[in-house]
Amino acid sequence: MTTAEKYVTGAYLVLLGALLAYLIIIALKVGRLEQELADLTRAAREKQGG
Amino acid sequence: MSGYAADVAALARKDLLLELRSRDTLPAMLLFVVSALTVFHFALPSGSSARAETGLLWIAIIFTALLGLARAFAAEREEGALDGLVLAPCDRSAIWLGKTIGVTAFLVLAEAVALPAFALFFHPLSWELVAAVALADLGIAAIGTLLAAMAAASRARELILPLMFLPLVIPVVIGGVGASVSANPGSFLGFLGLYDAVFAILCWASFEYVVTE
Amino acid sequence: MSTSLRNNAVLAGVLLLPLGVLLGAFWIPEAKGDPAFRIFYLHVPIALTAYGCFGVGAWKALRLLWKGERRYDLESYTAIHMGVIFGLLTLVTGSIWAKYAWGTWWSWGERQLVLFLILFLFYSSYFMLRYSTDPGPRRERNSAVYALFGVTLIPVSFLAIRIAGTILHPTVFTHEGPQMTWEIFTIFLISFAGMLALAATLYRVELAGKRIDASLRELRELLA
Repeated sequence: MTTAEKYVTGAYLVLLGALLAYLIIIALKVGRLEQELADLTRAAREKQGG
Repeated sequence: MSGYAADVAALARKDLLLELRSRDTLPAMLLFVVSALTVFHFALPSGSSARAETGLLWIAIIFTALLGLARAFAAEREEGALDGLVLAPCDRSAIWLGKTIGVTAFLVLAEAVALPAFALFFHPLSWELVAAVALADLGIAAIGTLLAAMAAASRARELILPLMFLPLVIPVVIGGVGASVSANPGSFLGFLGLYDAVFAILCWASFEYVVTE
Repeated sequence: MSTSLRNNAVLAGVLLLPLGVLLGAFWIPEAKGDPAFRIFYLHVPIALTAYGCFGVGAWKALRLLWKGERRYDLESYTAIHMGVIFGLLTLVTGSIWAKYAWGTWWSWGERQLVLFLILFLFYSSYFMLRYSTDPGPRRERNSAVYALFGVTLIPVSFLAIRIAGTILHPTVFTHEGPQMTWEIFTIFLISFAGMLALAATLYRVELAGKRIDASLRELRELLA
């Protein structure tokens, strides 16, 4: 690979890496939101039943 | 229109009278700017150019302004007077204008000491530099007053004000230093005037959104 | 256009991005004089998308101040969030291009890079402002006014950097791009469209996440 191609590949990989990082962040966020929702649902049920 | 002008005058006069009696902000600004210039002398290795020294003067002005702006709404905050001002039957933008005039006055007074001190410590001033400083004062006071009001709502107001202020003031530094050292100061002075006009209008129009609950 | 049709169109648009990437990589033979020119297909669309995000953020901010509807706050915040991400990517891709073209990772003579640095600092302070202010109408309005300041700063800074020119730093380096042939322009357009679609999709996902966050917080307070 010529140096030019190395740099071009680097730039494209940076973009890909950023996208993947973002995907991971969103996935973690969805997990946290699901947990929070489950907690609140449980709290609501207790409030209803109690 | 005379009602508006009267409100602005009253507000500006209030700030200046307050400072005249308590004397807590202006002496600190004066001392700070002279101390800063002294530090700059030691920070510049010998043989540094006059251009570098001029650049540092602008840094001193920016940070002295920040010092003054940090105190801009302090009196209102301590006495809880900002709500009272906001409820007063005057246009909220008059509060901004009055406060900006006050801050400009403080800056000019501080520079009345800083500029001669600079000429004494480093090298004589050109009239372009003085003109640039005057124009820069207006822009700095205008955005600084608005940002100080914004920062008042934040929990970390002493930190957030410089953070918001510095990126916005970069064009002023570019214009000011450019006017001070370039062979064509006219375009830089014109730019500073444009900056002042654009941001003053924006601040004037948006101040009421920043202070109402 | 109904919402779901528009959503599907945007998602399909995201496919344009890899298409543009592949075309840029393989169809056009490397440009004479600047073999790393292909970064152009990434760097410029990313930069333009960042400007677009800041513009959308300012527009939503204006709507908030004008109409007073609460939802504009989250929309403005999300748009600026996207703008900062794309702005950071602009700086990184621009830096890579600079390193290849001139041998340094940073050049004060490159106007777009300097402008993006200023904007990146400005909009990062936007986040500091939001994090350090308690939620409520005060924070919404302060953020909106600050977003309007940002969009005003863009042309003002550009002008400042332009007139500063050689006074402040020598502009030794320029990008000698090839002539803009229709092929290059087409690939650029495809890449740009794909990048915008990507930003729009990320915006939607991020906005949904922020809205759910806010709703859950409200729910928690109601249940506590």
